[in-house]
Amino acid sequence: MGEQISTLPYKANLEVYSETLQRLAETDRNIIAVTSDSRGSGKLVPFGKKYPDQIVEVGIAEQNLVGVAAGLASCGKKVFATSPACFLTARALEQIKNDVAYSNNPVNVIGISAGVSYGALGSTHHSLHDYAALRAINNITVVAPADNWETARAIELAAATAEPVYLRFGKKPMPLLKEAGDEVFEFGKGRVIVEGSDVLIIGCGETVYPALEAAGLLKERGIAATVVSMHTIKPLDTALLARLAAATKAIVTVEEHSVYGGLGEACAAYLLQHGICKPFEIMGIPDEYTVTGSQNEIFDHYFINKKGISDIAERLLKNKY
Amino acid sequence: MQSTGMTTKELRQKSVEYRKKILKYIVKAKAGHTGGSLSCTDILNVLYNEIMNVSPANFASPDRDRYIQSKGHTVEALFVVLADAGFFPEKDLETLCQYQSHYIGHPTRKVNGVEQNTGALGHGLPIAVGTALAGKLDQKNYKVYTLMGDGEMPEGSNWEAALTAAHYKLDNLCAIVDKNTLQITASTADVCNTDPLDDKWKSFGWAVKEVDGNDVAALAEVLKGLPFEAGKPSVLIAHTTKGKGVSYMENVLKWHHGVPSAEEYEQAIKELDESLSAI
Repeated sequence: MGEQISTLPYKANLEVYSETLQRLAETDRNIIAVTSDSRGSGKLVPFGKKYPDQIVEVGIAEQNLVGVAAGLASCGKKVFATSPACFLTARALEQIKNDVAYSNNPVNVIGISAGVSYGALGSTHHSLHDYAALRAINNITVVAPADNWETARAIELAAATAEPVYLRFGKKPMPLLKEAGDEVFEFGKGRVIVEGSDVLIIGCGETVYPALEAAGLLKERGIAATVVSMHTIKPLDTALLARLAAATKAIVTVEEHSVYGGLGEACAAYLLQHGICKPFEIMGIPDEYTVTGSQNEIFDHYFINKKGISDIAERLLKNKY
Repeated sequence: MQSTGMTTKELRQKSVEYRKKILKYIVKAKAGHTGGSLSCTDILNVLYNEIMNVSPANFASPDRDRYIQSKGHTVEALFVVLADAGFFPEKDLETLCQYQSHYIGHPTRKVNGVEQNTGALGHGLPIAVGTALAGKLDQKNYKVYTLMGDGEMPEGSNWEAALTAAHYKLDNLCAIVDKNTLQITASTADVCNTDPLDDKWKSFGWAVKEVDGNDVAALAEVLKGLPFEAGKPSVLIAHTTKGKGVSYMENVLKWHHGVPSAEEYEQAIKELDESLSAI
């Protein structure tokens, strides 16, 4: 499982974003990247060089970034407003709420270096609130693709979809979860990566891969896990969730986000309100001053790794909460 | 230009008629931003009847001029002018602020003729900048207008957008500041002084003009001269009177969102009718 797929070539989802946008821009002059001194961190320098008329730079001014993006989108441009997720979804939250979502201007809000990607730069640079904040805003799809394939498909779909979308990803190379083949990627449709009858592990973004590795460890312990990449946090694939949850013995959710208001609570709320009650644990960043360190160290500290996830899954199966 | 060819006299008469309607619907709704709607009436009158190329017939056209009302709370003035321009039947305004009505207390695109949902201050200019940028990218000739309040000048997003507009030389963009000098708490000078406003805009790279914002002839003349300077965005600082046209409302703070009583409404209409006769 994890060991096998990790040998496939892979890169950071951020790089895939940039490559995909360049590919789309080759045939579509309406693709516009809007940046706030973020073309370097967004890997958009090659895009800007190749398509200088299709990149708008507003300087370090995130509120303006989103407002300008909304204006461009209202004129038919396919806009990718690109900035670190931490600033974009906090400082410009009102612009996302009003100018994008409420006004229904189909901006693709691209949160780069999301979650704790910036690691030791500290909490000013972490976005652990974005799912929660945006889930509470009507008319915006919230997506965290896990691997390179999901990222490329999500960007293509965002460009083709005339509705507000928030996409976030990190800068760590992400292995392919599986060979997608002719699979169709859709917002709001989770992907089952592996199937097993004992425990259900639901992740999104960069936590799906450690979840998959955890499934490998569990298998060695005789426990069969289902792993889902729930790349769309809103709208949640409740049909898939209900079907898999009903068939399993315990459920673990794992996200690079506060344990409040994100993927885990979205799943928990749906399941409880539909009478599907299984041993359940939300893994993520707890409500405390986040430990300092690199992204990997922060993940390890909060047990977001194959051992941590598999241990929690095993504990839930013993009905220990 | 989409000049209706109205004479100055006719424009002045139109402003008074608009003011009467603004008050009528605010009184019916028992809600509204009265003083500011009356201060910007002449600006909207001139924009929609003399300056902008926008109408119900061309509202879906990518070539139309765009108007984005940043000071969304004075929506009553916008609704009355849009109704007069034929975007929707005026009788729809009888539902203003009622349950399930689209005619709410701020502009919403659910109302025909409204370009953007606004209401939170400091949002109109960045959206207008994006809209003007799109026009430049597509080599269109449309112009983009945004109406801002002087009370919203401290919003930082305005100045972020001002920088971008100058950086991209958006001379297809015109910001109009309805400088009525009062906001909900007190005078703008006392709340957060933004004067000298002209110098601020100039230093941000804009071409600045000032006008009596309640003088339709002066407004039409200055707005027909856009852009004020090639290669620069234009800002028109329109000196207005809050509550314009109703003696007891003019420059009186409580009419920011005060609703007239039946007696006050009667007096206001009487005064406006008298001013109509005097034109």
